[in-house]
Parts: sequence; structure tokens; C-alpha cells
Amino acid sequence: MSAELYRELSWLPRPPEDFSARCKDLLMNGAELGGQIRFLATHALDERQLSRLGRAIVSAREQGRSLQPLAPFRLGLIGNGTLDLMVPVLIATAARHGFALECITGAYDQFLQDALQPDSRLNTSRPDAVLVALDHRGLALQPSPGNEQVAAQTIDAAIGLLDTIRAAIARNSGAVCIVQTLAAPPEGLFGSFDRALGGTSRNLVDRFNQKVCEAVLQSNDLLLDVAGVAETAGLADWHSPAQWNLAKLPFSDDYVPLYADHVCRIIGAMRGKSRRCLVLDLDNTVWGGIIGDDGLEGIQIAQGDATGEAFLSVQQLALALRARGVVLAVSSKNTDAIARRPFKEHPDMLLREDHIAVFQANWDDKATNIRAIAKELALGLDSFVFLDDNPVERGLIRREIPEVAVPELDSDPAGYARTLAAAGYFEAIAFSDEDRARADMYQANARRLSLQGQTSDLQSYLRSLEMRIVFGSFERTTRSRVTQLINKSNQFNLTTRRYTEPQIEQLEHDGDAMTLHVRLLDKFGDNGIICVVICRLSRPGAWTIDTWLMSCRVLGRCVERAVLAEILFRARAAGISTLEGLYLPTERNEMVAEHYGKLGFTRIETASDGSSRWELKTDAELGDLPMTVEREQLQLQPA
Amino acid sequence: MDQAQIYAKLTSVFRDVLDEDNLALTPETMADDVDGWDSLSHIRLVLAVSKSFGVKFSASEIGGLKNVGEFVELIQKKI
Repeated sequence: MSAELYRELSWLPRPPEDFSARCKDLLMNGAELGGQIRFLATHALDERQLSRLGRAIVSAREQGRSLQPLAPFRLGLIGNGTLDLMVPVLIATAARHGFALECITGAYDQFLQDALQPDSRLNTSRPDAVLVALDHRGLALQPSPGNEQVAAQTIDAAIGLLDTIRAAIARNSGAVCIVQTLAAPPEGLFGSFDRALGGTSRNLVDRFNQKVCEAVLQSNDLLLDVAGVAETAGLADWHSPAQWNLAKLPFSDDYVPLYADHVCRIIGAMRGKSRRCLVLDLDNTVWGGIIGDDGLEGIQIAQGDATGEAFLSVQQLALALRARGVVLAVSSKNTDAIARRPFKEHPDMLLREDHIAVFQANWDDKATNIRAIAKELALGLDSFVFLDDNPVERGLIRREIPEVAVPELDSDPAGYARTLAAAGYFEAIAFSDEDRARADMYQANARRLSLQGQTSDLQSYLRSLEMRIVFGSFERTTRSRVTQLINKSNQFNLTTRRYTEPQIEQLEHDGDAMTLHVRLLDKFGDNGIICVVICRLSRPGAWTIDTWLMSCRVLGRCVERAVLAEILFRARAAGISTLEGLYLPTERNEMVAEHYGKLGFTRIETASDGSSRWELKTDAELGDLPMTVEREQLQLQPA
Repeated sequence: MDQAQIYAKLTSVFRDVLDEDNLALTPETMADDVDGWDSLSHIRLVLAVSKSFGVKFSASEIGGLKNVGEFVELIQKKI
């Protein structure tokens, strides 16, 4: 357990023996290319293997092959030093995270020109994000030990340069920037005093990093904490003077796979692909020993016991993840009552039954159990991480449900928590109050689903939930949550149109647009904002529903009907007579193909790509709703 | 490791990095003779050779190389 865990991406399984041959086969074989690429990418590949896979992906794309279900993403890459070597590694790594990445690189060390010139290839290629890979050399952080005035100027100049680049890219390409903290070079001048004395190399790096973090928090740009990654790996290994001299590599090529994984985690988080649920095995994962054999007294979980503390650290991490919004579930081959005993009765257990949203202890295979958990939580299988000490179970899940992330664990439980954290499954680019409350929300939802199982009359069940639906128009306080939903909702999403936060802000003042965010409360708690709608005036008297998305956890609760009623209400108030609906199919949104049909719209046309257009007159009657309706503020008074 | 073994290992590294299954190396081979051996691939080759043989090269050693034969001699001196 050392830097190797990070350098070798040891949470991923070892690559197959015939990895190279399989890369070649990719170009020969036809079926499910995207899935095969993702399978190969999801191994502990070194820089060369990733380059090989990356080149194969590029060749496949050049041949016009479809990379579905990998989602297209265009990344601009500018900075100082030789960055081109990273490109194939980034492309292969992105496939691990579900993306068909296209990389647009700038000319060598021309990052400022690439950003500033509106017609540069970087800007005209309309990237989804631009990675600004500048290090201490590119930012010209010249040390001035003991000279505070010069030091402050140096920092201001470096931040100013970065601000110029960020503003230019936003203006010229509309893309968000991913900016980096700096990895301090290990060569000191004074020794320990370097960190305290103003203007030393280390002092400048510390101050710059602090400022970058502040800048990111005040903008839409995103942070890649290179300093954190490099410190974790070890600065002496991260910086390679030989490779800088030889080829101007900004950091050792040994760490390019780790760096690329961190970049792609951020892209994943941007697109809502971060994982949301941790499924825990119990025996020898959450405690030492086998509860069914060793009994309550025999399992190892106590403080003061080396093995017990290792398992406690797994529980601590699980609880910390839960506190930041990750849902916890259990899948264990056990008798239910026996598996629950430590949760109820063991004094040293940190995890308690009420931390676990879905508890599956039975003798079914774990793939069946994880599917059941996914169904109960209304989460996609690609939202799951499965932690299990047993390599057989890990192999089974990887084969049966490749969407689920399954970290490799070595035999010593002391490393479990660190390995799980190192894998970065739960990468986030923001942290909101909604995130804080999410685990509780899903748990309440799972309880609702169980209750649903017992109630035969759906309407009376829905009424028993005492639902309150609250409508409001887009505004400042909900902007970031609305943007988050727009960019991560895949399943219940009619058009899957993604908008940035500045675009959402514009809609708030757009007189030709009608916007809705929808909040749902019930007796179990506040579900938060669970639905977003954007209507645009498409012709006089008609609105087109540009965007309609909903969180899947409120499915089957008549929310769609209530939302439509609100749209109709607002449409009539605005003198609109016709509502047009649009369904654009993706890999993920088949569930809403008939959404408009179910709501009483008339189908106008179906195109060859499966998309369809629908229409509804705004005087349609929808009947009673099993909830009370509230409005935060009326955008339009009824006529 | 004798020269023949170094050539064999070096050839497999070159084939892997340049994606050329039929690539053959002689002492006289130069970058211009090989498809895809551009300045970027050159960096890849040096890094890959360095890893495969477990040796390190300085910038001046690499800068002075004229052909594959000299590269092999450099490797031989280091292992």
C-alpha cells in the first residue's frame, strides 16, 4: 500500500494477457465496439497500453465506426510543455468513464494565442471544456525570496494570466475551463523555512493554489487539483527533471494514467456520471469474520484490535460518503436476521440499519441483488459501486453487470478504505444542501416503495403520502441545482439538451421562454427540486417544450400530470393555445418515448431516427391530482 | 544481454510503440527510414526503451544518437 496504488491504478483489475491483440481486434470486429472499448479501458493499464488503446479508438473513429454507447465529449487541451503524448492516454481513459473523447490541442506553448484568437482551432472547434494544463514553469513563477512586494506581483501576474485565458475561452468558445493547482517542485532553497518565507518557490505555489481555488469557487470553471494528486503520489516521483530536459514533459510519464483518470473524473462529474450508491458486502468487508459462523462475539470490529480497526475504517469512509450524499446499500449472502444483528446489537459497529437504504441479505446471486437494489432506489446500474473482499463475487458482477464499478481489493483489509477512496468513483464538482440531504431522501424513497408494495389502491397510497408540489420559475437561488439536473438527467429526459449555468441565467430574463422548477414534499420529507421544464415560444400562440426532465425517484406519483397541468395553466394565462412536445431518443431515455402519448398529446410525426413530435391544445382537462399545488411566485397571473 | 538480444527486445518495443508489426531494425536504421517515427514518437520510443531495459538516458546521450546501432551501443553500456 503505497504510491503504487495510485500510479498503477490498482483499484482496476489487471489487463487481460492478450491486451495488445484485443486492441488490434477492435478494428476488425464489428459488434458493440463502444462496449468492448470500455471493457478494455476498465483495467489497470500503463501509459503504453493506454496509448495503444487510444490510438485504436482514434482509428475506429476515422473509419467512421460508431462508438455508442460512449458519449461524445470534446476537450480542448492547452498548456505548457509537451502535452501531445497525453492525448491518446486521455482518449482511452475517457472510455473508462463512458466517453468518446475528442481532443483538440493547441500549438506547442501557444496557449495564450489559442485562447485569445477567436478563430483559433481551439475556439472554433466548440469544445465542451478546455483543460488549461499550466505548471509553475508556464506561469513563470520566478522566486523572489524575502521580497514580499515582488512575490505579490508574481502571484498577481500568474493569476492575471490565468484569468485572461479563462475569460478569453469563455468569450470565444463558450466552454468552461478546467484549471489546475500547481505541484510544487521538490527542490528547496532554505529547507523547512521555504514554506514560511515569502517569495520562495514553495511559498509562491502555495499562494497561487489558494487563489486558484478561490477563483474556481466564484465561477463556473472547474478545478483539477494537480497539487493534491502529485502530493499523494509523491512530488519527487511526480517531477522528473530528466524527462523535462529530454522532452519537456511537465511531469513524469509514469503518472500520465493517473492524471488522465483525474481529468476524466471531472468530465464525468460535469456530465452527471459520478457514482451515487455504494453497495457493501458484509462478511470480511464491513467486519472481520463471518457472522453466520463466528457469531456476534466472534466478528472483528472493535477499536484496539488491528484487524477490527481496518474494518472500522471502511465503515467510517462509508458514513462520510453517506454524509455527502452517497446512498449506502448492503448485498450479503446471509440470512437476513443474522446479517442485521451486528447493525442492531454490536456496540462497536458504526454503521446502523438506518444508514442503509436497501438491505439485501439472502442467498440469491449478487447480480440479482444489485439489480433489485437499483430498482428499489430507481437508480441506473451505472450509478453503483460494489465493494466486496471476495474475488469471485467481484468477477461475477463485472461479468454480469459491467456498468457497476467494482474495485479490486488486496488481501489486507487495512487498504480497503484507501483503495475505495483512491478510485474516485464519487467525484463531485460542487456540494449543495441537496447533496447533504440526498442519502436520507433516497432512503425515504425506498421506504415509500416498500409501502407501495403493501398498498393495493395506488390512488389512496398516493394520497396517504400527503404530497405538496411547489412550482417556481428559474431564479438565482435554484440556478445551480437546475443546471445540475439539466446536465445529469438521462433517463427521464425528453430532449437531453444540456445547458450551462450562464445559459440558464439568460433564460431567467427571456420573455419568450417559460421556465419551471418543481419541488415535491411529502410526509417523509422534502425531495428537493425534482423536475425542470423549459418552454419556448415557437410561433404565435404556440409553445414548444424545449426541455422536460424529471428525477426518476418520483416516478409513478402523478408528478408528470401535475406538471402538465401547471404548464397548461401558464400557457392559457399567456394566451397560448397549442403546446408542442418533442421526444429525442438517446441510449438512456427510452422510458419516456411515450411520455406525451400517455399525457393525452396527439402524435404529429415520427422521424426515421425515432424522434417524435406531439401536440396538445391548452384547454385540455386533466382531472384531480393526489397532491396539493403551491406556487412560489406567479410569473403570470391567470387571464 | 548480447547485441542480438538487445536488437530483438528493441524491435519489439519499436513495433509496439509505432504499431508496426513488420518493422525490422538494422544498425543503420534512422528515423527517416521508418513510417511514423516523428519527433513525438521519438519521445515515446525513448521513454518505452528506458522502461523496458530499466535504464535512464540523459538528454545529451539521446541528442547525440545518429542511428539504431548507436542506440543499441548506448543501451549495452548501461545494462
